[in-house]
Amino acid sequence: MDLNFNAPHSMGTTIVGVTYNGGVVLGADSRTSTGVYVANRASDKITQLTDNVYVCRSGSAADSQIVSDYVRYFLHQHTIQLGQPATVKVAANLIRLLSYSNKNMLETGLIVGGWDKYVGGKIYSVPLGGTILEQPFAIGGSGSAYLYGFFDQAWKEGMTKDEAEKLVVKAVSLAIARDGASGGVVRTVIIDSEGVTRNFYPGETHPLWHEELEPTTSLLDILSAPEPMNT
Amino acid sequence: MTSVQGLVASPDADSQRTLYPYVTGTSVVGVKYKDGILLAADTGASYGSTLRYKSVERIKAIGKHSLLGASGEISDFQEILRYLDELIIYDDMWDDGNSLGPKEVHNYLNRVMYNRRNKFNPLWNSLVLGGVKNGEKYLGTVNMIGVHYEDNHVATGFGNHLARPILRDEWKEDMSFEDAVKLLEKCMLVLLYRDRSAINKMQIAKITDEGTTFYPAYSLKTFWGFSSFANPTKGAEGSW
Repeated sequence: MDLNFNAPHSMGTTIVGVTYNGGVVLGADSRTSTGVYVANRASDKITQLTDNVYVCRSGSAADSQIVSDYVRYFLHQHTIQLGQPATVKVAANLIRLLSYSNKNMLETGLIVGGWDKYVGGKIYSVPLGGTILEQPFAIGGSGSAYLYGFFDQAWKEGMTKDEAEKLVVKAVSLAIARDGASGGVVRTVIIDSEGVTRNFYPGETHPLWHEELEPTTSLLDILSAPEPMNT
Repeated sequence: MTSVQGLVASPDADSQRTLYPYVTGTSVVGVKYKDGILLAADTGASYGSTLRYKSVERIKAIGKHSLLGASGEISDFQEILRYLDELIIYDDMWDDGNSLGPKEVHNYLNRVMYNRRNKFNPLWNSLVLGGVKNGEKYLGTVNMIGVHYEDNHVATGFGNHLARPILRDEWKEDMSFEDAVKLLEKCMLVLLYRDRSAINKMQIAKITDEGTTFYPAYSLKTFWGFSSFANPTKGAEGSW
């Protein structure tokens, strides 16, 4: 792949983080590509940092993994020393510290999301360069280019957990439909005061978007079907 | 990931060599007025050509006597705020009744920016530093290469090309708050029309001897009602 040094690097993946009344929902696709080959079609891009804080990874798989590993390690020690769960802000700032001080070498955009007892559900965006921004919702990765307009229209303050998760799944599904670097399944992680829930949404559970057809096992099934064929 | 090696490679080459910014803010404009300083900046941060973040505060209070506005790489601005936080805290700890004024903060920033430039690892920002101490107003600017100066009105980026000429023409000594705000809004409107990275959501911040005020973010009305806008090729169909 050819890189243009003067433009921000577009990154394989779609990642999303949304706050709702009582927690956060993180979402991601599951495609890891090396060039045009799909190295892993079922990867898990939503990585645990602590019991109550997770991170969505985009960009270089190696860079995002090593940053997550270091932050998990630091947070583990921090939790022991603090005597209670780390806050989402602290986790996000550790991500920022590594991203900012190694900005010349890293190519990873991260969305940190979690729940702590002080401020509830929070989402922090840490894009390329190491900027940190707290947001009610965040999108990242190459697939996010197709979601700016969608969220401008569909995002609302004060959603319920179900509304938030549906929004996340719809968004990632739409991005997968148009971004070649995103694909596979939609994974979500919901974090609130009760704990963490992981969900898995394969293609059959998403609605069909424009010009997509209902999947079948074989043409033969279509030909032998009792209904008449339509054009 | 490949990188561009600038000059001679030293043992820890490339460990710190900023090549280009990622998340950037656009112009900041500042003016002196009767009671102090007014700074204006939109609340946008771009990612290349994408207007990615739309609620970013690019003007912050520094200590009791200064306001700092920044354009350029936001992560570097956030780091500068941390340096300044430390500076202000240590100054506070002397507990001697004295506090750093805008001149001192501007000088500090100048040193930081220029020294980073000399190491070929700049903080990719253009900064506006304004403040009042003991009735004395101060407004200055410093950028990533260490160029710094003070004036009655300053701007960064596009603001230098679009806002400064307006300010040179219309700025007066001891303007009222209302006149100064109107003048800033005139500049910001031109920037909104003509700067691709500008968004229609801005913030004005004020600093006087009484303290700092951050006004809530707001949007400006734009005018598109010229007849030549509605029908540019009238009388010359087929032209453009």
